[in-house]
Amino acid sequence: MSLTVEQTKERNKALIDEVLEVYPDKTAKRRGKHLGTFEEGKSDCGVKSNVKSVPGVMTIRGCAYAGSKGVVWGPIKDMIHISHGPVGCGQYSWAARRNYYIGTTGVDTFVTMQFTSDFQEKDIVFGGDKKLAKIIDEIEVLFPLNHGITVQSECPIGLIGDDIEAVSKAKSKEYEGKTIVPVRCEGFRGVSQSLGHHIANDSIRDWVFDKLDPDRPAPFESTPYDVAIIGDYNIGGDAWSSRILLEEMGLRVVAQWSGDGSIAELENTPKAKLNVLHCYRSMNYISRHMEEKYGIPWVEYNFFGPTKIAESLREIAGHFDDKIKEGAERVIAKYQPLMQAVIDKYRPRLEGKKVMLFVGGLRPRHVIGAYEDLGMEVIGTGYEFGHNDDYQRTTHYVKDGTLIYDDVTGYEFEKFVEALEPDLVASGIKEKYVFQKMGYPFRQMHSWDYSGPYHGYDGFAIFARDMDMAINSPVWALTKTPWK
Amino acid sequence: MSQNADNVVDHFNLFRSPEYVDMFKTKKENFENAEPTDRVEEIREWTKTWDYREKNFARDSLTVNPAKACQPLGAVFVAVGFESTLPFVHGSQGCVAYYRSHFSRHFKEPSSCVSSSMTEDAAVFGGLNNMIDGLANAYSMYKPKMIAVSTTCMAEVIGDDLNAFIKNAKEKGSVPEEFDVPFAHTPAFVGSHITGYDNALLGVIKHFWDGKAGTVPVPERVPNEKINFVGGFDGYTVGNQREIKRIFDLMGVEHTLLCDASDVWDTPTDGEFRMYDGGTTLEDAAAALNAKATVSMQEYCTSKTLEFCASKGQEVLAFNHPVGVAGTDQFLMGISKLTGKEIPEALAKERGRLVDAIADSSAHIHGKKFAIYGDPDLCYGLAAFLLELGAEPTHVLATNGGKDWAEKMQALFDSSPFGKGCHAYAGKDLWHMRSLLFTEPVDFLIGNTYGKYLERDTGTPLIRIGFPVFDRHHHHRYPVWGYQGAMNVLVWILDKIFDEIDKNTIVPAKTDYSFDIIR
Repeated sequence: MSLTVEQTKERNKALIDEVLEVYPDKTAKRRGKHLGTFEEGKSDCGVKSNVKSVPGVMTIRGCAYAGSKGVVWGPIKDMIHISHGPVGCGQYSWAARRNYYIGTTGVDTFVTMQFTSDFQEKDIVFGGDKKLAKIIDEIEVLFPLNHGITVQSECPIGLIGDDIEAVSKAKSKEYEGKTIVPVRCEGFRGVSQSLGHHIANDSIRDWVFDKLDPDRPAPFESTPYDVAIIGDYNIGGDAWSSRILLEEMGLRVVAQWSGDGSIAELENTPKAKLNVLHCYRSMNYISRHMEEKYGIPWVEYNFFGPTKIAESLREIAGHFDDKIKEGAERVIAKYQPLMQAVIDKYRPRLEGKKVMLFVGGLRPRHVIGAYEDLGMEVIGTGYEFGHNDDYQRTTHYVKDGTLIYDDVTGYEFEKFVEALEPDLVASGIKEKYVFQKMGYPFRQMHSWDYSGPYHGYDGFAIFARDMDMAINSPVWALTKTPWK
Repeated sequence: MSQNADNVVDHFNLFRSPEYVDMFKTKKENFENAEPTDRVEEIREWTKTWDYREKNFARDSLTVNPAKACQPLGAVFVAVGFESTLPFVHGSQGCVAYYRSHFSRHFKEPSSCVSSSMTEDAAVFGGLNNMIDGLANAYSMYKPKMIAVSTTCMAEVIGDDLNAFIKNAKEKGSVPEEFDVPFAHTPAFVGSHITGYDNALLGVIKHFWDGKAGTVPVPERVPNEKINFVGGFDGYTVGNQREIKRIFDLMGVEHTLLCDASDVWDTPTDGEFRMYDGGTTLEDAAAALNAKATVSMQEYCTSKTLEFCASKGQEVLAFNHPVGVAGTDQFLMGISKLTGKEIPEALAKERGRLVDAIADSSAHIHGKKFAIYGDPDLCYGLAAFLLELGAEPTHVLATNGGKDWAEKMQALFDSSPFGKGCHAYAGKDLWHMRSLLFTEPVDFLIGNTYGKYLERDTGTPLIRIGFPVFDRHHHHRYPVWGYQGAMNVLVWILDKIFDEIDKNTIVPAKTDYSFDIIR
């Protein structure tokens, strides 16, 4: 029996009130502002965001280091990223995000390695600047084909007052202008990984772009069709299944940020004609900067599911001439039979299924279209580290009455799922096993559950298959003990 | 078009289709400023040389691919091993996201843990308010019986005092006065996850045995016949703890497993999420003071804990992650000596079956060279077992091993003719191991998941034993302790050896004369 929109809103309100009852008053008041229901016609989702998590709850959020090293800088493949500080942060983020790349690891590419200054007590007491300088020397000896170094600060660096900028500058000079980027992404900064994205963007501006000779010609012959992919981390190959579409429609991708990216591509980007931005949250800053400083326009796009892919291809093409517009139509037409075949195969198995999402970046809104292409409905969504502009953008995707939960706590998420009984929960590794134990089909939407890619037309086929395998797995019929 | 609705192709094969291969080529040639192929090959070859090895071993500041994690991870491990206990990490919240992910990826289980979410303001003013609010929230939401607090490097650098903070929080009513909040300072820049295990376990037992941070009188020890058993940080805790319980039950040894995470990291899928399951009860943790002795399976993981137990008048006994016949013999005889209980025939039979298995198979292992890396105790246990099998544990490396460990390893090597030429590498990392494998190759490598990069680069087949193992499923459910555990380890080693023999003899009409059906 389905509820009317008004009934849904009433139910959500009652549910939120019930969930808040467990908290001490002060916390209930704080958390209450992050939980709500989308009201059609409003300019955002009506929840507060991007403020400090409440202490003592099981927040799903990470830290600034995770945003900088784990997301933005880490995938730049020909640079060495030093996790500067104690051993742990680098160890836990070691190769955990599936940023695919092509290269000879340990020789000319370094993404799936863990470089750390492994801080000891004496480094805390006496400072780590000398050690950092020595580390850069050792990197130059052992990894001569590296094209640059970043210094990703962990918590203690800022607290003990190390001057990583001075070390980076001095070493860069010593190594003839080598790119060495200090990044002040200490984990205690900001309220989530989001500030780490911003800090990393700023460090690209200050330590890559601003070091370039403004009159330097592009190292390639420019064309009117040069674009850069911004904010695709190539998880399971996402950026590749996106790039191939852009190239098929006649564009030339001169840089990939940052999945399978290289420092040369970062440096090329100011020569692009258009920046196409997938993860708005993590890379809008540098896109805006390039617009202001170099006059490069940027356009957001969504490559999840055929409806949104077609819309996005047309929107991107709208920035170019008829050749590219025709190219977009050609690409859409080319893949249409594949998409129809995928939908014909999977939609009957997924029609009417309800989904609850909780992810980071762009996914809490962008994947909704892909689910809808398969006849599924997203009944609840929220961001780990979204800002108000993310919740504004979400209004274009969600239906009236959708439950919205910002920086959801483990407790709230469990209660919401228990009450709304979706057919699929789509979130991260920390949530996966909780919901599977409860008998809910689950897909990890950070790592694609080790599958993927999910972007682009090739990716949508995999997405559809994976949602089907999750929801229709025979295992869910086995969860109840038959004799009980 | 590469994709196909009838047979969906994912990343394993999708990107090998010609249009993607062309795309990669164009990207590399035009935009990546890639190094010339011959230059890459030249450097790659150089990294295999003794010259590179010498330069690699000369570094003293850079760490590359370390085989260790940080203290707080060990502290969280300890907390989940106690009944209805919520791990609470005082510091920045991102760390907790990492610990939870790390454990969940290994055990394929939920890992519950909260943090006090300290940010810039706490860095300036201290994290007291975070502790006060955090304990109150965690207590009301997750209804734990105990909250075990540990720190991150951030809280340690700014010098937050847990004892005072917890007292203060209790005064403010965050949790009831009598509620158990043991704590441990676990700076990430000291030691490794095994140090954190030691500190956190010490924190818990100290709390109960020393009068709950001065709030109740120090309990009088009334010795009894029970044995405390401590497993240490152990990726096989699910299989191992259950095996140890079985062995103790067979022997009739009254025991308390201190920090038993075997149930919480192995909960059923039956429609219910159990945030807490099993674990050492708080009553047992308190009563463990009265035990006759405390036995640790991992000496390097429990040195402070055992010292404290001894100071209370308990006998203490430590092993180095015993694996194999002699290792298990020593363990059982140690327990027997402590308790006066005889080792039952059933275990003697299990021993015989293990020896039988070794006799059946040791020809395939005899004289093979192995490299091992991992935690110091695990390395010792595995090396001892390999010597017993007639294999040569040629390179044994522990990033978190010290000089004393290296000496102990050397003594082990010296005790066997198969240990000749074997070497222990304390404080070295997996990039050192890479040089070792190129310059002094071995037949097999034993270690955690990260060894797959070494397997790829050096061609040394990897046998996955250790923590974490992310890319193979469910091995943590099998014990590696006891005679039955050794049997598992033996089979894992043999399976890899036979797979390699088969791979080496599989080319039709060329090498497959040895592709034998009977091995």
